[in-house]
Amino acid sequence: MIEVELQSETDFEGWRVAARKLCAAQIRPAQISWRLPGQAGSLFGGDSRLDQLEPVREVRATKPFLDLARKIVCYRDEQRFDRLYSALFKLQSAPHILSHRLDADTDWLMSAQKAIRRDIHKMHAFVRFRKAGESVDGREHYAAWFEPTHRITTLGAPFFRRRFPNMNWVIVTPEASAMWDGSDLTYGPGGRREDVPSDDSVEDQWKTYFQAIFNPARLKVSAMTSEMPKKYWKNMPEAALIPDMIASAQARTRQMQDEAVTAPTLLSSRLAERHQAQRQGPETPQTLEEARKAILHCTRCSLHCHASQPVFGEGPARARIMIVGEQPGDQEDIAGKPFVGPAGKVLDGALEQAGIERSAVYVTNAVKHFKFTPRGKRRMHAKPNAGEIDHCRWWLDLERAQVDPAVTVALGATALRGVLGKSVKVGDVRGTVIDLGNRGQLVPTIHPSYLLRLPDKGLRAEQEAMFIDDLARAARLAA
Amino acid sequence: MFQAESYSMTKKTIIQKLSILADAAKYDASCASSGTSKRNSVGKSGIGSTEGMGICHAYAPDGRCISLLKILLTNFCIYDCRYCVNRSSSNVERARFTPEEVVSLTLDFYKRNYIEGLFLSSGIIRSPDYTMEQLVEVARSLREDHGFRGYIHLKTIAEADPALIDAAGRHADRLSVNVELPTDESLSSYAPEKTGQTIRKAMADVKSGIDDRKDAAKSRLIKKARPPGFAPGGQSTQMIVGADGTNDATILTTSSRLYAGYGLKRVYYSAYSPVPDASSDLPPIKPPLIREHRLYQADWMCRFYGFEASEVVSATTDGMLDLSIDPKLAWALANRAHFPVDVNRASRRDLLRVPGLGPKTVKRIIAARRHGRLRLDGLAKLTRSIRTALPFIVAADWSPGGLTDEAGLRQRFTPPPEQLSLFA
Repeated sequence: MIEVELQSETDFEGWRVAARKLCAAQIRPAQISWRLPGQAGSLFGGDSRLDQLEPVREVRATKPFLDLARKIVCYRDEQRFDRLYSALFKLQSAPHILSHRLDADTDWLMSAQKAIRRDIHKMHAFVRFRKAGESVDGREHYAAWFEPTHRITTLGAPFFRRRFPNMNWVIVTPEASAMWDGSDLTYGPGGRREDVPSDDSVEDQWKTYFQAIFNPARLKVSAMTSEMPKKYWKNMPEAALIPDMIASAQARTRQMQDEAVTAPTLLSSRLAERHQAQRQGPETPQTLEEARKAILHCTRCSLHCHASQPVFGEGPARARIMIVGEQPGDQEDIAGKPFVGPAGKVLDGALEQAGIERSAVYVTNAVKHFKFTPRGKRRMHAKPNAGEIDHCRWWLDLERAQVDPAVTVALGATALRGVLGKSVKVGDVRGTVIDLGNRGQLVPTIHPSYLLRLPDKGLRAEQEAMFIDDLARAARLAA
Repeated sequence: MFQAESYSMTKKTIIQKLSILADAAKYDASCASSGTSKRNSVGKSGIGSTEGMGICHAYAPDGRCISLLKILLTNFCIYDCRYCVNRSSSNVERARFTPEEVVSLTLDFYKRNYIEGLFLSSGIIRSPDYTMEQLVEVARSLREDHGFRGYIHLKTIAEADPALIDAAGRHADRLSVNVELPTDESLSSYAPEKTGQTIRKAMADVKSGIDDRKDAAKSRLIKKARPPGFAPGGQSTQMIVGADGTNDATILTTSSRLYAGYGLKRVYYSAYSPVPDASSDLPPIKPPLIREHRLYQADWMCRFYGFEASEVVSATTDGMLDLSIDPKLAWALANRAHFPVDVNRASRRDLLRVPGLGPKTVKRIIAARRHGRLRLDGLAKLTRSIRTALPFIVAADWSPGGLTDEAGLRQRFTPPPEQLSLFA
């Protein structure tokens, strides 16, 4: 048996230096005894034998292992140094031992690491500072008394430096203390509860908040204690209120349920009247601007129930050309503007090729609300049905009457139905010009999203050229 | 305009206001402080840090985490949403903080390590724009006047000007607007001044802000020239469960639309809970806490387990989730042809569908497979809920045989009937 003396309960360096020598000499874990200050030595004597060990191999310790070891030495368990050495010993022949959860040492170390992490997290959560005064320059001083489960003061303290560098603070625990003076974070011996102020003027406000934010109708004591175990309560000022809050919860809930319904406030009836009056807009909008406002309240079909907003047409009120698409897509629904997504980019490119300024054209859709089905993180476009198109014609007709374009371009079958009021196949009418009587002429063509869906490059180029031709024809007709 | 806030007002102390305005805020379930950008105050003036992981600084006896100072600026409100404790027709006591008072409270609490930051909401006073301006002013002052780097969650007021939403996004870590009720029909019945569309429009504006900043960050030429952030903690929303008659299937479908449409970080489900001076339209009930819990589990299935909402919904009965077993188990029982799954060969996707195996366990299983074939004793070290998984898995030394298809399998997972509490 080799006995190794460590300098403190958390003596990582002492363990590391000794473990390196022992491991290099291939001393088996069972042959070592780690002795802490205050523990009686055995008959076998101490460290002297360490220096006599002959190294027979190189010792490798990965960075993740050393980082883990630095934490594990803070774990309040007698096995910690043995377990670490045992894992180090295995690490020499099995470099991935730390990822092997079924290994007994790894399992033990991982559980310990979890407990340490949790304890550090609880320190960050449950430390309660009390104001201890101010320097002449106005710098505030705070102090806290905290009792961690493990010896984690040095692991937990840097967090407070990152958060509160511009105030002086000290965290006192039974075994160690951490101090920040604005330039250095130092550690000292442990202290007592009496070392920090016994009160703070803000605590009453905090207690008021703690009581008020609690919903007595949802009492779930075990959910609270599993995250905030009772061992922490004695150093949290608000925790003293908990027993009364629990005891009165049922009565408070019952009182809310039993209370007689009171008459609505006077204010609310006056507000309701005013609201009612505001809702009454003009029956039929007379201008595009009125229509743009009125469509916000449109409930002609059910599509408004899921879309973000109606996407009304955009462009000069007296445009010579009106382009009618199908419906807004995902991006149009978010932006509230027509043809700003991928299909809009294709349209923009084609308009440019055809020599048409987009800003001179009135662009709209046959259906004003986005119809979709959710799939994972995306909204997939869904085709509007005939009923939806026909309900929305009310708005399209209004736009057409107001803009009164010389030429209307219908992009795809939905747009054709929106303009013509009946279903027509694009293929049957493409290349023709349809006379709309006193509503000018109609140029039917495909929807630009059709181009996006074509997998074959050659076919796509061919179709794109035809699309540009259709737009150019519309431009000539409108000239 | 009508000035609701001038309606009955005697000077109240900070403690009185805090008591009223925290009470008024507690029906909002969100208290998250995680997932925002990492920052700290080292070498700078000011105060505060965020480190990715949120911190719950206390827990109330309702089991809820207290991470933020969650208060309303005021509980005066010109809206009359029937489910809300602050509706204009309620006779609850009213109060109003000044922006300066909220700023001081936040800093005082923060310095004592009570909180991660502020979650500020408000009743609607005067107009949506005016209300939003007040909220933004608190966040601006904390950030600009006091160098506050803690977490700020601001409520987005539907119908507020997009420029105000933009300002809110510059100062806040998270923005949220609550849909509150799962369907537009319910909203028009119980929240006459609100429409689903204006709420979704507000979410769309926030999404635009987030997307624009992402695009700007991607297209920048100089790596250091980072554009100012916009709500780095994303946006969330809340739905009240049990106030109206909407079933779970509709709630989950609505959630899936919101997640898909607006990139929400979270949808919170809040069991409708008795409020003081409740509306006669919605008589107080015992909050359906188990239902709320099942909805969260179903939500988790879609966000972390690769299920589509439609799959979860397919395993409901009359559109309601089974209250006695969790929805993933319910799905497995209704889809037994997918099982058993061999833990030594199955893909991550298939393992995630096994009842009892969560994302962490699945990761461990896949890692452990590199060291040899998994047996039940090994599996038991990787997960605590091995018993739930047994009928649905094959391991080196285990095959469920006929157990997977056993007619009485569901009974194995349901606790024997319990004496109901008298307080119901």
